[in-house]
Amino acid sequence: MSYVAIKGGGRAIAAAAAVTEYLRTEEGLVGTAAEPLEINAILHQLRHLVDRVISEGGVYHPQFAALAIKQSLGDTLEAAFALRAWRSTRPRLSATPPLDTSRMRLIRRISSAFKEIPGGQMLGPTPDYALRLLRLELLDESPEAFRAVARDWLENCPEARLPDSFPKVLDALRAEGLLPPVSAARSQTAFDITREPLVFPVPRSAALATMARAETGSLLAIAYSNMRGYGDVHPTVAELRVGYLPVLLPHPVTGELTEAGEVLMTECEVVAMYEADKANDSGGKPMFTVGYGACFGHNEVKAISMAILDRALQKGMKDGAANPSEDPEFVLLHVDGVDSMGFASHYKMPHYVTFQSDLDRLRTTQSKNREIA
Amino acid sequence: MNATPLTQGGNAYNFGFLDEYAKKEVRRAVLKAIAIPGYQVPYASREMPMGRGFGTGGLQLTLALIGPDEVMKVIDQGSDDSVNAVNLRQFIEMTCPGVSTTTKTTGCTLIQSRHRIPELPLTAQQIIVLQVPYPDPLVVVEPSEDKRKTMHGEADYSRLLVKLYEDIVKFDEITISHRYPTRINGHYVIDPSPIPRWDVPKLDDSAALILFGAGREKKIYAVPPHTRAEPLAFSDVPFRVEDFRDGAGQRRACARCGSVDSFLDEFVADSGSKTYQCSDSDWCDGVEASA
Repeated sequence: MSYVAIKGGGRAIAAAAAVTEYLRTEEGLVGTAAEPLEINAILHQLRHLVDRVISEGGVYHPQFAALAIKQSLGDTLEAAFALRAWRSTRPRLSATPPLDTSRMRLIRRISSAFKEIPGGQMLGPTPDYALRLLRLELLDESPEAFRAVARDWLENCPEARLPDSFPKVLDALRAEGLLPPVSAARSQTAFDITREPLVFPVPRSAALATMARAETGSLLAIAYSNMRGYGDVHPTVAELRVGYLPVLLPHPVTGELTEAGEVLMTECEVVAMYEADKANDSGGKPMFTVGYGACFGHNEVKAISMAILDRALQKGMKDGAANPSEDPEFVLLHVDGVDSMGFASHYKMPHYVTFQSDLDRLRTTQSKNREIA
Repeated sequence: MNATPLTQGGNAYNFGFLDEYAKKEVRRAVLKAIAIPGYQVPYASREMPMGRGFGTGGLQLTLALIGPDEVMKVIDQGSDDSVNAVNLRQFIEMTCPGVSTTTKTTGCTLIQSRHRIPELPLTAQQIIVLQVPYPDPLVVVEPSEDKRKTMHGEADYSRLLVKLYEDIVKFDEITISHRYPTRINGHYVIDPSPIPRWDVPKLDDSAALILFGAGREKKIYAVPPHTRAEPLAFSDVPFRVEDFRDGAGQRRACARCGSVDSFLDEFVADSGSKTYQCSDSDWCDGVEASA
């Protein structure tokens, strides 16, 4: 009787890696001018891909994010995953105090709540009002034309006198008594999701940290369910800002806070309608409520989705969840890209043993049915 | 803290990949898991360089426990040469220099396995780490982790027993094929990982320490040596393992080694005929060699 070979797994894995590497480099066969994708080109020309990967990877390392994008052939889930795994090998040496985002060096800042805001609106780089027409001239862009664009833009750019920092729109609302004051909760230490497992109920800071590195599409889908009707946040974007936030760390010798660098990030604060006389920080006076979203990189859809879900989850934590987007377990345990893509992929692995066991149950049940019939 | 850097492809990685703080945290969770048999200890599971669901929980246990003098065996579906087992073994060899690996159940000190416990009884000198996709047996009756935690604390498994009862009413059989809920030391009911029912009796009064790691779900639990492990059943409906008898009631034998007391994989040949063969490849090799 014949039997089945049970060797060869190692060779198959090596061959799969080799053929994937072939696909990465096959351009070399057809184009004589083919060159490997440069990390710098990814960093600059595919910057939103890098933004997404540093955000979902949860590590601010644009260069390694670009490397991860290159080696994963542009798969964002895989690239964020590689960055996250790299982070597992790094000890955590220090923690920043809460950083003041009013100190951000802004490249963009808008409010949909007011026509004019203190410091002014600044549209900055955004595709929001661009017509999504294919720019066919980019199909064959010459290096000379490419280099000239940025140079010309800088030359013709009027010198702007921008202040070092912009006031927050929320502060103005707070001063008017339309929002609750920043509570004592601010002095609490933030929950570190990289060092503590989520055991429900979790504090708001754990929810915010989980969403900050969540997979963009997952976060968007659940937030969208709330926007459409499985929820009722109805937010107004009080402020959305994108820019470089100075990162302060205690000096290793003196302990004094020292600027260690800056990170590009997106922050979104939404204001939602007030609720009926609920006991809150302001002693029962009706007030607007706030949802907060922030993440590494320039990721506006993610920051807005997060702010809406923050608001929805706060409601769920207080009154119980009336729909999935208000349920902390439902939202927080299903938005991580590394977790969800890993588990979806694992179904491709051998399941011979469990399937054999399933067959045993089904056959036994079927034969019992036959006996009865 | 002694961390031996390892240079691999230009990157310096610690022995066992994880940094020492992460390993300590896993070990603390293991100690707690042993102290409270069957209790799911939450821990801050790290991301590993293979997919969540591919054994990252088991791997973190392995890497936190492994020492330079370890003799390591890695299996998946009972086989040392299954793609995932090969992948994990290569990663362990790469990140744990000095560790020796083997395919033999005899003589190894640490086993990482997915979906099987070896047929050869394990010894007090061995630890087996099982990879876990779903750590909580109550998930089939209660989706909220918060509520499940209370149910476990109160040893409230009534809804699980009702599910088994309903199975009997509907199908005249308990339909749970693998991941069979098993009560440990008279209190906590565990999901023993997707091992077949065939392997469940091996949990009871085991000489070896059995550890369970769920990386994605961030839980570690244990069946310590010589601890009671009882699959849920009723006094008039006993627990039963997979039935490998043919139509005539004859126990099927492995087509390769002739074994009639091992869990069998079923293969469908090109001709459509069925062949049965040991799932545990080391067991199969052993029986064949001694024949």
